Amino acid sequence: MKTTGIMIVGVGGQGSLLASKLLGRLLLDEGHDVKVSEVHGMSQRGGSVVTYVRFGDRVYSPVITEGEADFIISFEKLEAARWASCLASDGRMIVNTQEIDPMPVLIGNAEYPADILDELAGKGMHIDTVDALSIASEAGTAKAVNIVLLARLAKHLDIPYEKWIDAIEKTVKPRFVAMNKKAFELGYLC
Amino acid sequence: MKQLMIGNEAVARGLYEGGLSLVSSYPGTPSTEITEFLALYDDIHSEWAPNEKVAAEVAFGASLGGVRAACAMKHVGLNVAADPLFTLSYTGVTGGLVICVADDPAMHSSQNEQDSRHYAIAAKVPMLEPADSAEALDFSRRAFDLSEQFDTPVLFRMCTRVSHSQSVVETGERRTVEAKPYVKNGAKYIMMPGNAKKRHPIVEERTKALAAYAENCPFNRVEMGDTDIGIITSGTCYQYVKEVLGDSVSVLKIGMPHPLPEQLFRDFAAKVKTLYVIEELDPVIETHCRNLGLDVIGKQLFSPIGEYSQATIAAAFGIEKKRTVSADSPIPVRPPMMCAGCPHRGIYYTLAKNKVAVLGDIGCYTLGAQPPLSAVDSTLCMGASISGVHGFNLARGEQAAARSVAVIGDSTFMHSGMTGLVNIAYNASNSTVIILDNSITGMTGHQQNPTTGYNIKGDPAAKVDLEALCRALGINRVRVVDPYDLAACDTALKEELAADEPSVIISRRPCVLLKSVKPQPPLTVSENKCRSCKRCATLGCPAISIKGGKAVIDATLCVGCEVCMQLCKFDAILKGGDRA
Repeated sequence: MKTTGIMIVGVGGQGSLLASKLLGRLLLDEGHDVKVSEVHGMSQRGGSVVTYVRFGDRVYSPVITEGEADFIISFEKLEAARWASCLASDGRMIVNTQEIDPMPVLIGNAEYPADILDELAGKGMHIDTVDALSIASEAGTAKAVNIVLLARLAKHLDIPYEKWIDAIEKTVKPRFVAMNKKAFELGYLC
Repeated sequence: MKQLMIGNEAVARGLYEGGLSLVSSYPGTPSTEITEFLALYDDIHSEWAPNEKVAAEVAFGASLGGVRAACAMKHVGLNVAADPLFTLSYTGVTGGLVICVADDPAMHSSQNEQDSRHYAIAAKVPMLEPADSAEALDFSRRAFDLSEQFDTPVLFRMCTRVSHSQSVVETGERRTVEAKPYVKNGAKYIMMPGNAKKRHPIVEERTKALAAYAENCPFNRVEMGDTDIGIITSGTCYQYVKEVLGDSVSVLKIGMPHPLPEQLFRDFAAKVKTLYVIEELDPVIETHCRNLGLDVIGKQLFSPIGEYSQATIAAAFGIEKKRTVSADSPIPVRPPMMCAGCPHRGIYYTLAKNKVAVLGDIGCYTLGAQPPLSAVDSTLCMGASISGVHGFNLARGEQAAARSVAVIGDSTFMHSGMTGLVNIAYNASNSTVIILDNSITGMTGHQQNPTTGYNIKGDPAAKVDLEALCRALGINRVRVVDPYDLAACDTALKEELAADEPSVIISRRPCVLLKSVKPQPPLTVSENKCRSCKRCATLGCPAISIKGGKAVIDATLCVGCEVCMQLCKFDAILKGGDRA
């Protein structure tokens, strides 16, 4: 089996570490070799962050480079565009439509490119957009954006629905399990 | 059971299984989690030391006392611990001693990208280097035996990509290792010249013995494939080579980068047509090859700068790049920044407003260098703010002393700021030092330190009284300000800069990310009152943006610190709950 690459990108503090932890554990339980490369330290302070997840029969490199990602899950629109060149030509982007202004935009030194996803789609990129924040809030917690995005990914991976639910139960703190299961269900169905 | 672990957790597990009794460390990305994971084991003594030198010396003492000991640090931390390291090489060990050091190629969270392998060569001690978490666990478990067998401390080199990548490991049982009896042995442990002269030849013989061991050790291995191309590689580079070239090349995979064997290299070189060395940062393995007279392709093809990836290898071997799509619109950068409500912001705003030169230090507060505050003039190494401002003022005279400060965090002050402050008092420097006391070691992810009143386990501990300490070091003018109070910050800064003697301002407020800090209701902006002056935006707070000319506060980010309220001349910023 060819190695599959998934990138999880966003803004430091958005909860991508939990998403990669859940995904890593699930893929391992499915019998794959798995590598997950995370970001710690300085860039977590509101900076652009990226986590790589790769799985297959035998995975060597823990990172994903240009044109190699089968999926890019982005917690934020601008970050999707920042990492777009990593997407394989037949890859798919799953993008939360949230916009978080970076400092140059906040202080008026740059414009937020609002139509950036249309531009990329116009170039033939496969993009699923999802208002994960609203869906997560509907499930009871804005923090479940990561679970909603994973649910969108789940539709494209060959892993049974119940296994995802099982992984949520194993990874998420007990008092948040119900809300996260709901978020997954809503994300999967929409 | 198979499980995923980041490399640092795997090192912790390996050291634990290998019979570790004590770990003492100072946090530093990307090494921090090694010690954090070790702190979860109750049958190990774990502690945060005030700096890496202390940590290494505590580990030395434990080894002398007969148990297996370790310390962990980032690459630049080993500079601080270099003093004990070089002589530890001479004394050797009683209980096994492992010094973990994590390099940061590409400088994800560091001020330089020095290659710690030079320390192994210079200090003449063996070094191990795993390529993934499974090796990290296996190598660290074996490291104590290596240390005791050859009577030497062992350096254990990690890098960001191995430290912070999860891969599959299988854990084992913890070995029971009895403490060795203590026997006084001055010839081995009292390193005054007469004894040290006798130890140095032992060190040289040990390196020869280790090089012989390296010919057949469990850390180096050959993977023969096609023989047109042979690649000698180590660490994470091995993964990239295998990813791209698989079995189409032969590989000599090095897990012990010092000392390197001779015959293993010669035999491998003889079996392949063209020999490459692929290693991140400096040409250490390549230099060994050249010393043996082997013809290799190394740094003429691969950069000594930054991290590699499979793309680096593919490019070097002429493999076509994959087709990519990217946006033509400019993508604004998103650098890390101080959090909304960060207590450092008020002080940095005051410094920027007063246009003083700021000799900075290492921590979250280095982010004060970012626009729009742009309030930092220099960042060198841990503690350099305080020592540096003294030299800066001597160079530039009394006028400069009235317009310059050193800025340092509480943990960094404990690490290596105190000695600089003694120097200021002792040498009658009219310098002003600001200690940013946010009650935690912030940037590395919230570790306790001697000023917080808690130890690594979160249990209550002795708490350094910073005011009393500064006075004891010889500073008469010590005052405390709340960085959320801009007027107080401004007054304190102006008065201490004007004072005719050295002074310390302690800017005290806990990190806003601490669980004990409860956020206040978010502030709001009255659109009618906002006159679009953008004064609030000069704070560089991520919660404040200008939309359609008017200030907007993001309620999900704002913690109600009210610093921006103090800046607004039109009372347009309202407390949470107030009506516009």
